[in-house]
Amino acid sequence: MINKIILMNGYGVYVWSAFSFTLISFATLYFSTRLQLSKEKKRFVSKFGSLNEEKARSARSQKINREILSNTSKI
Amino acid sequence: MFKYFEPNKIFAITSKAPKYVLFLFIVVITIGLTEALILSPEDYKQGDAVRIMYVHVPAAWISLGIFSSLALLSVGSFVFKNKNFALISKSLAPSGFIFNIIALVTGSIWGKPTWGTWWAWDARITSMLILALFYGMYLLAWRIYEDKEQAVRITSMIAILGVINVPIIKYSVEWWNTLHQPPSINVLTKNSIHESMLVPLGIMTAAFALFSLLIFLMKYNTELIKVKNKGLDRL
Repeated sequence: MINKIILMNGYGVYVWSAFSFTLISFATLYFSTRLQLSKEKKRFVSKFGSLNEEKARSARSQKINREILSNTSKI
Repeated sequence: MFKYFEPNKIFAITSKAPKYVLFLFIVVITIGLTEALILSPEDYKQGDAVRIMYVHVPAAWISLGIFSSLALLSVGSFVFKNKNFALISKSLAPSGFIFNIIALVTGSIWGKPTWGTWWAWDARITSMLILALFYGMYLLAWRIYEDKEQAVRITSMIAILGVINVPIIKYSVEWWNTLHQPPSINVLTKNSIHESMLVPLGIMTAAFALFSLLIFLMKYNTELIKVKNKGLDRL
């Protein structure tokens, strides 16, 4: 059974390489996108931290800014 | 109508959605891979090589679908002058490009055991390669042009020009003599593909669509935060 799934009557090398290429592409795209997102979030938090009290209050008045700050540790 | 889809209003949803979409994607792809690699039958002519169809065909469908959406959003961006359309297009393009590359590479791998060659300059393959070039130009234009207005104009033109290639890809197997077989799935007439293969194909297509949704949401959130970062600079 296992041999049949791996070898696939001689087509295994083609089938497995096609599926592997697809899954590796998925993983690469997912992790690179996640890295970009986390970099932007970190940049936002650091910029927000450097604002003076008045500017921070003004920035915090926007709902989206509060959402970004509350999501910094997630995807 | 578009005011309900303003980035500021939907960020609460787009920022939380990726984890649920990722979970759903993992469930659907696990079922899809089990069906595609183990449970589905082999083809009477192609044998087990037919299993490559379960990654090749959904990848091609989704890359075509995403490029058509880019063109539609580009027209929308010109007509309605809505900046969010450009942001959505920019976030959709990377997954469309990857699906296009997957379709080309897995098609090439499938070609070797069925046609005896890795590559042939037939109408379907060549037009898919042209689509990849349009995707490449589209993504490159966003990187090259620093002026956002200019980037939106150039990328919209690339998408609108490139979409001419989409019907060529679709009908290439009917208009020219190609190595590719005619379409097996037709919405209007009877499918020539058996249900035992249609089900895994449908599941894999759903998994790929979920993956492109996941990447889109993550890219969209990244782009929104970039905009907000610039906003903080201006304070």
